[in-house]
Amino acid sequence: MRTDILSSLESITRVRGVRGAMIVSAEEGLVIAESSMEGIDGAAVAALTAGVVARLARATEAAGRTAPAFVHLRAHGGGLMAVPGQGDLMVVAVTDPEVNVGLVRLELRRAAEHIA
Amino acid sequence: MSIEDIRVLTGQLAADPSSLVFLPLGEALRRRGQLEAAEKIAIAGLTRYPDLADAHDLLARVLGDQGDLERAFDEWDIALRLDGRHAGAHKGIGFLYYVAGDLPKALEHLESALTADPGDEGLAAAVARVREALASPGTAQRPSSPAVDGPADTAPGPSSLAEVGPTVFDGLEGAQDGLLLLDAEGLRLGGGLSAPDGTPVGDSVAAHLAGVFRDAERAARLLSLGPWSSVAAETADANLFLCAPTQESLLLLVRDNSVPIGRLSLQAERASEAARRWLERAT
Repeated sequence: MRTDILSSLESITRVRGVRGAMIVSAEEGLVIAESSMEGIDGAAVAALTAGVVARLARATEAAGRTAPAFVHLRAHGGGLMAVPGQGDLMVVAVTDPEVNVGLVRLELRRAAEHIA
Repeated sequence: MSIEDIRVLTGQLAADPSSLVFLPLGEALRRRGQLEAAEKIAIAGLTRYPDLADAHDLLARVLGDQGDLERAFDEWDIALRLDGRHAGAHKGIGFLYYVAGDLPKALEHLESALTADPGDEGLAAAVARVREALASPGTAQRPSSPAVDGPADTAPGPSSLAEVGPTVFDGLEGAQDGLLLLDAEGLRLGGGLSAPDGTPVGDSVAAHLAGVFRDAERAARLLSLGPWSSVAAETADANLFLCAPTQESLLLLVRDNSVPIGRLSLQAERASEAARRWLERAT
């Protein structure tokens, strides 16, 4: 199981422009596993991404919609992408500004299926 | 109102030019952003019914949407002379006084509108906000944000204050439902949003999004990603796109999930431009 997770994360980080990937506990905002997160504060990524996704989930619920299945925070110097898996876990990627978003989303979804 | 409905109304008016169907037709065209056509219909109606307050109210709304607030004021003033209890005219003039920063007069007209139309929840909310602003110590002018705008998502009908003046997203797809402009404190400034069952949810979604605004800003800063530019989210039944037209405002665009995120991004750019122009005029 652990090997599967790491293998999934490595598939994400192999995409050009991905600086790191991790599995996060959405409820607690804690890191469960991570890959290639050099120079990135994994704990901060986990906590902040969990916060953004949780707030968005409350907003979509208020709008009568289902919870987000993919979230992309885009900033001038890079981005954060998250795909909630089953239960409490969420797969997160930190990216450069120039990245193939579609490809990263695909790998995030694959990883989310593995952790389901 | 669908294009087909507009065709039917146009046909009815052509068959009977003296019909009062010009009122719903003009309003439908205005809501679709077809302001020139709406103005022609309103003026044609007024030539037949110069003493009809509703016709002056219709023309005033169209003029308001065109940004001609002076002429809009004149038309609403005429409407009030013809019918001193006309809710739409009181609401319109209340809005214009609000824009001009004269809160006591704005409140006077909004209260008159509410007396004439006590069931208008958006109007009641606007009255409450203006009263609150007047009660705030040191508030001599209107608040910095035009939070007096009523919920546009309480349509149908000219039921919200946002609809009597120039609305934020006029001419854009989803101007009344699916585009929401809010301030950094989670107060809706314009636009509207409905749940799939038609329930207006603009105000409650705006309240939640203020937190997203702060979290996105904090995440981008703490992770050294630079200023954030957007947040996109996909759900099972809808795609959402958030961006900040100005430092103090947030724009939400919601479409069903057949509209790809990339297209939402383009639509959001246009809506952001409209929001910036509107905010410049309103402040």
